Parts: sequence; structure tokens; C-alpha cells
Amino acid sequence: MKLLDRLIHHHDLQAQFWRTEFPILKTKVHGKPLVYLDNAATTQKPLAVIEAETKYYRDYNANVHRGIHALSQWATDAFEAARTKVQRLINAASPSEIIFVRGATEAINLVAQSYGRSRLQAGDELIVSTMEHHSNIVPWQMVCQQTGAILRVAPINDKGELQMDAFDALLNERTRLVAVTHVSNSLGTINPVRDIIERAHARNVPVLVDGAQAIAHRPVDVRALDCDFYAFSGHKLYGPTGIGVLYGKTALLDAMPPYQGGGEMISSVSFEGTTYNTLPFKFEAGTPNIAGVIGLGAAVDYVTNIGLEAIVAHEEALLVYATPLLTKVSGLRIIGTAAEKTGILSFVMEGIHPHDIGTILDGEGVAVRAGHHCTMPLMERFGIPATARASFALYNTKQEVDVLVAAVHKAKEVFGR
Amino acid sequence: MTDLRELYQETIFDHYRQPRNYGRLEDANRKAEGYNPLCGDKVTLYLRVEDGVIRDVRFEGTGCAIATASASLMTESIKGKREGEALQLLATVHQMATSGTIAGDAGKLRVLAGVHEFPERVKCATLAWHTMKAALENVAQPVSTE
Repeated sequence: MKLLDRLIHHHDLQAQFWRTEFPILKTKVHGKPLVYLDNAATTQKPLAVIEAETKYYRDYNANVHRGIHALSQWATDAFEAARTKVQRLINAASPSEIIFVRGATEAINLVAQSYGRSRLQAGDELIVSTMEHHSNIVPWQMVCQQTGAILRVAPINDKGELQMDAFDALLNERTRLVAVTHVSNSLGTINPVRDIIERAHARNVPVLVDGAQAIAHRPVDVRALDCDFYAFSGHKLYGPTGIGVLYGKTALLDAMPPYQGGGEMISSVSFEGTTYNTLPFKFEAGTPNIAGVIGLGAAVDYVTNIGLEAIVAHEEALLVYATPLLTKVSGLRIIGTAAEKTGILSFVMEGIHPHDIGTILDGEGVAVRAGHHCTMPLMERFGIPATARASFALYNTKQEVDVLVAAVHKAKEVFGR
Repeated sequence: MTDLRELYQETIFDHYRQPRNYGRLEDANRKAEGYNPLCGDKVTLYLRVEDGVIRDVRFEGTGCAIATASASLMTESIKGKREGEALQLLATVHQMATSGTIAGDAGKLRVLAGVHEFPERVKCATLAWHTMKAALENVAQPVSTE
């Protein structure tokens, strides 16, 4: 066997083992085995996550940080243990820098409305990139409307890589914040965030990194990156939906006003005035998604036990295997060919709209996303309305890539191409 | 899965590859835009309506095979029809696309019944038709399928 084949074979054996933890992967769709390649939208959940949530509801459901009874203590312990797990996953300095939110979207909105709205003035500038997800564009547009600040957009090249010279040129004395994605959800591009942060910090500009698409596919060390904020969602990390994380440096979070008011986020309330709670609770108004947090903790354990390095190696092997197979299909063009990219293959086909590709692939049991992937400005940049996107996770196999490629050929056949 | 051939019938491919009445209608007196934010399908519909009759119709846009073919088929079937008749056809198409029941007056449009097994694609099949209704009502805002 050639080296590449042996490598793929090795990774496949590993993935076959990992798959046994995901009950949903035994599902059949349209009578065919499910080939789930929509992992950039959401990942499937291992038994450990499903059981952690169920166990909470079955055995110790109670509100957290409230009761003096045993159940509440158990729930609080599990809740706070999950915070520590997340802290270790991203190497934050303290658990109090981990704010639980609904997802990456809410995390970014929190920073825009709390940090941004309280500090930005007319004429101030924010920088995002062309490849941002709508959730890292619209919250900034909203705060710009509220404050008169201006949104600047760093361009990308035809391969889907950020143009660092142009980014540099946008950084100036009016720049107040840079918000950039770690990994592009549409292209798979891995941005040089360490470099971006260094350049921004040289001008005392803080940086928010949208980690939604990176967290399950790269080891993330917020202190090594030195990012000021890092946002991600649990459901793209094999965890539950409706739970996510905002990491922020203590000094920044401490200086920020609360985002929402309510219970939990206060120390004392009177009609004369209210004092706010300390971090992280200042930003966690109301009863949180307790089951979600506990499920996220289980997902972090799951991923940590396998090791992100092993996951990265596996997904890279799949990408290396799949890319030439798809490229060889005549009339197929891959959108996003950055030198540094994760296991995302976005593509368009001559004479076949991505939506039709999606339907035909679904008929073969292959789940992909077809659309603009919430990155309409990026689609505009490439002059296309949409792409079909296959995205890998740790449980995908070489054989599944083969099914994808066969399904793509079927699409051509159906369309007589 | 229901046979893909139910969805992608030859008439659909024919109208997708060679859309009829495609382009701008210079002397249009009604115009509307339709948009499906989910998949990015876009259609601009031009009508020339005189004395309650659709004298001419054209469309422009980008979309999947179903959306494009449906728009093309629609232009053929509403040209020369009274406004009320065109709206009746919209009801027929909507009914076919959602239930699969082929109405007596469907004619060529019967191929659109194939989408009823694909709920995600019903919006593709009906986008142009809802846009036609908006154009007749002269709605200025783009019609969205959402």
C-alpha cells in the first residue's frame, strides 16, 4: 500500500471505532446508510453527551446557585465543573472568564452591545473580513447604527485567504476592535489569527475571534493566541444546541456593563440602586441552560479524551483524500482553496444548482448543506449564489467520501452532464 | 426515496436549460421580485397587464432547476390569461406542490406535483408564482418565501 493509503486506512479504523459512540450514525435515510457531511452546520452527539443531559434531568434536576438542598448543590457542582472543563479546553486563565451564553451568535452580540455600545463613538472603526458569518457581521452593523461607528471589511484573495496587507492598511488610529473568524464556515480557511492579534495589539486594538467553526477542529489556546474575546457554540463541538461560550479577558469583562438584567447577575437589588454580581455571573442573567452546560461539559471531556490533535489528523487525512477526487469531477469547482484549511469542501457544479445537488445527494443518503451558509457577502465575492458544502467530523470515513463522490457523479448523470 | 425522476422530469430539465420568456420586459407595467433567502433563489418578474389581461410576461433570475423551470412554465401558462385566471393557477400549483394532487386544469404544470415528496423544495416550485401574485398586486417590497 502506498503511504497515503496506509494513512487513510489507519484513520478509518480509528473512525470506525469512534462511530460506535454516535447512535444516530446507524440511521438510514431513504433506505440508504446516512452519510453525515453537514458537520459545519452541527455535529452529531456521542452517547456521553446524550446521557449526561438525561442523567441531570433524571437524577438531580434543580436550579443552580440557589438552593440549600442537596439536588441544587449537585446541579451547581456539575454546572461549575463544566465551566472548569471549558476553561481547560481553551486554556483560559480562570473559570470566571468563561461566560455561558446561547451560542457564538449571542456571545458576539454580547460583546457588540456591552463592550461596543459603551465605548464606540461616531467615526470609530471596526474591522471584520469578507469571509465572516452573518453572526459576525450583523451585530457590528447594529452597534455601528447605534453609535455612528464605521464597519471596515478586510478583503480576501481568490483562494479564500485573508489579504494581510489590506488588513494592515485598514488598521489605523480610529480602529477600536477587530472581529475575525478563526476558521471560515463556508471555505474552511484557517485565518492567521495569532498574526492578526499581534498586529492589532501593536495598535492597542482588541480582537474578538469567532471560534464557532474552529473549536472542534483546532486546538485552541486563548492565552497563546492572546485574543481578547473568543466565541463558540457547543453544538458544533459534539455538544447540545442552545449553549455556547464567550471567553473574555478578566480586565475587559470587569470593565464592561451587563448585557442583560435579571436574577443571578446581581449582588443586591433595591429600588434605589442595584449592584452587579462578579464574573462570570454578571453576564449570566436568569436561570441558565443547565442541562446544556452539563452536556457541553461531557462533550469537552469526550473531545479531550480523544485529543484534538488526533481529530485534526483524521480530518486532514479525509480532506487530502477527498479534495483530488472532487477536483477530478469535470465541471466541479471547489470554492475555498486556501493553503491552510480544515475539512470543509464547498463546491459548485456547472449547470447544476447547489440546491439540486443537495437533493440528489440526499437521495443517496448523503447530508450536505446547500446554500449561502449565512455568508452572503462571501458568496457575492465569488460571484455565486450558493455552494454545496461537505464538512467532515471525527466520525467520517474514507468510504463515506467515496459515497459522496459517487453521489456527485449521480447528480451529473441525472442532469445529463 | 421517491424516485428522483418524479421531481426531475424531462419537462423540468427542458425549461431549466432553455427557460422560455427569459429576460427583461421593457414595456412592463407590473414588476415584482421574489427571493428565497434559504437557498438564494432570485426571480424578477415583469408583466404587461391591459384591461385585466396579462398580455406579456418575462422573468429574470438565478435559481435551481425547480425554481427556474417553474418560472418558465408559469410564463407560458399565464400569458394571455385574465388576472383572476392566473391567480387561480397559482392556487392550483400550490395545491399540487403541497399535496401531489393533480388538478384537471394543470396541463403541463402537472410536472410540479413531483415536489410534494420533497417538502424542502416546495418553496422553489412556488417562488415565481407568489412573485406573480405580488406583481399583480403591485407590491414594491421583494417577496420572500420566509
